[in-house]
Amino acid sequence: MSAPFVALEGLDKRFPGHHAVRGIDLQIAAGEFVAIMGPSGCGKSTTLRLIAGLDEPTGGDIRIGGRSMRGIPAFQRDTPMVWQSLALFPFLTVAENVAFPLRMKKVGAAERRRRALEWLDRMGLAGMADRDIAQLSGGQRQRVAIARALVTQPSILLLDEPLSALDAHLRVRMQTELSRLHKQLGITFVYVTHAQSEAFALADRIVIMSDGAIQQVGRPQDVYREPVNAFVAEFMGMNNILRGTVRGASAGRLALETPLGSFDVPTRKTHPVDSKAAFVIAADRIALAAAGTYGGLDATVIGLEFVGSTQTVFVETASGHEFRIQKQQHEIEALDLAPGRQISLSWEPRHAWLLPDFR
Amino acid sequence: MATRILPRLSRLAQHLFLAGLFVFIAAPMLVIVVFSFDANRFPTIPWGGFSLEWHRAILEDAMVRDAFLNSILVGLGTAVLSTLLGFAAAYVDYRWRFFGKRAFVLLVAIPPAVPVTILGMAMLAFLSRLGLFGRLEAVIACHTAVASSFSMALIRLRLNDFGRDLEPAAWNLGASHAAALFTVVVPFCRPALIASFFLSAAVSFDEFMIAWFVGGVHETIPVRILNLLQGQVNPKINAIGTVVLAVSIVLVVLAQWFVGVRVGKRADPT
Repeated sequence: MSAPFVALEGLDKRFPGHHAVRGIDLQIAAGEFVAIMGPSGCGKSTTLRLIAGLDEPTGGDIRIGGRSMRGIPAFQRDTPMVWQSLALFPFLTVAENVAFPLRMKKVGAAERRRRALEWLDRMGLAGMADRDIAQLSGGQRQRVAIARALVTQPSILLLDEPLSALDAHLRVRMQTELSRLHKQLGITFVYVTHAQSEAFALADRIVIMSDGAIQQVGRPQDVYREPVNAFVAEFMGMNNILRGTVRGASAGRLALETPLGSFDVPTRKTHPVDSKAAFVIAADRIALAAAGTYGGLDATVIGLEFVGSTQTVFVETASGHEFRIQKQQHEIEALDLAPGRQISLSWEPRHAWLLPDFR
Repeated sequence: MATRILPRLSRLAQHLFLAGLFVFIAAPMLVIVVFSFDANRFPTIPWGGFSLEWHRAILEDAMVRDAFLNSILVGLGTAVLSTLLGFAAAYVDYRWRFFGKRAFVLLVAIPPAVPVTILGMAMLAFLSRLGLFGRLEAVIACHTAVASSFSMALIRLRLNDFGRDLEPAAWNLGASHAAALFTVVVPFCRPALIASFFLSAAVSFDEFMIAWFVGGVHETIPVRILNLLQGQVNPKINAIGTVVLAVSIVLVVLAQWFVGVRVGKRADPT
């Protein structure tokens, strides 16, 4: 990566009785779309507030465009944010809301109005300029909030769960809109969300946080297919983790003995024999066959969950280990699956992913 | 058919009761207003005919005129100071957590709960030590101490609806703390600030005990009325009472208008 546009260097934030951000390092390139994901309380929103200067770090530094942000107050940073609550000013009209940052920059009234109208037009809100915020729908308010954040032509936009208040249909539309804006403007977007679908659809890179620390940074497909540890694998949701002991290793492969038997797992580094290790097999990479198929793992179906075009099948082995398997609707029908039915699982060894960071 | 008549009777009874209650409350004030326009020297029935004599008489009475002027000055001063202090206290309570905050809020809230006689005496004792006794400023200061409780309560209530993200959002969009205070917090509170202004003015305008204790020779209107009453039964009192009543009603109606109507209008998308 060339010189990063945003750099978090050992960024640390302690609140009384709570270590929210634990000395994280992260570099974001100019024009990149980065999504920060994690369960609630993982420190992702605090990280965003630290970048915006709304909270003071207790350690480390933030550099934006090479410049240290230490001691620079929020109002001098030019890091506009789109809030989960939108934080629109209810006593101002739509146009006055959008023009607010320009007013703070002492831009003349006529020029302010012109630029606010331009942005409203761009966001498909032409003709709404003089309405009250209360008169707008949820989606329209969302657009006002985005217009207000972008009206000063910043080089970075921070978004804190901006779509979580919208219904599913609007969310997808706004996702498309954000993606379009990011391409058109070419500025850096830092997007905090707990929704995997949003992060995967929008981001160039994904940062997974947990308990104040960064767990993994990578492209969506990397984070999804090659999680570094059990936390990321579980956070991604559709993964099955098998833990065991290394029994033998050869070039690029190792044999892992687990309670369910011995499995062949590809590996990039060598693991000492008798050390503990774990691998992940994604839910969509497990094949199902009739019970008793040679080389398969016998299990009982315990439940089916309909998720649109695919279904999630929950199965349990005789020893009580649970697997989740993702299958197309027609495959489920072909196998005539129902709770209680015996089935055989298998996967190609190359699809097993050894967790590089396992303790 | 009885099923239809009974609820109607019940409704009628309720309305009558309510009307009776209002008559009971309003009648004394109404009597004052009516007799202030009576030509008779003593309020007796039958009415002696319409006359503006007593209203003219209070206009010509220099002491009554001075008392009105004093009341207006004290009312305005109290309204401005109490609204400023009430806003400051409400904002401090909304915005920060600090040691002794409960004690602070209690201190602001307590003056109206103290009997005014005691409050008046205490203020008199305190102010005479400071050498501030007997000045209009002293009355303003004491009225502010009482009225700012109401101001704070009113403004604090408004701040309850002030989204936690609004102020940080203003900073984030380039507003310094001072700019955010004046472009976001104050405009949001405007209806409550205006209401607080009129309510404080009304509290001060009607207040007797403190003004009597600390005002010295500077009489406000309620003090003048009592002094007039102690001398004799003077029909001018009815005229003064009518004017005071009108002013108080206007102030309270204005306060209610800004608390209710304006706030409601913004909150309700129509």
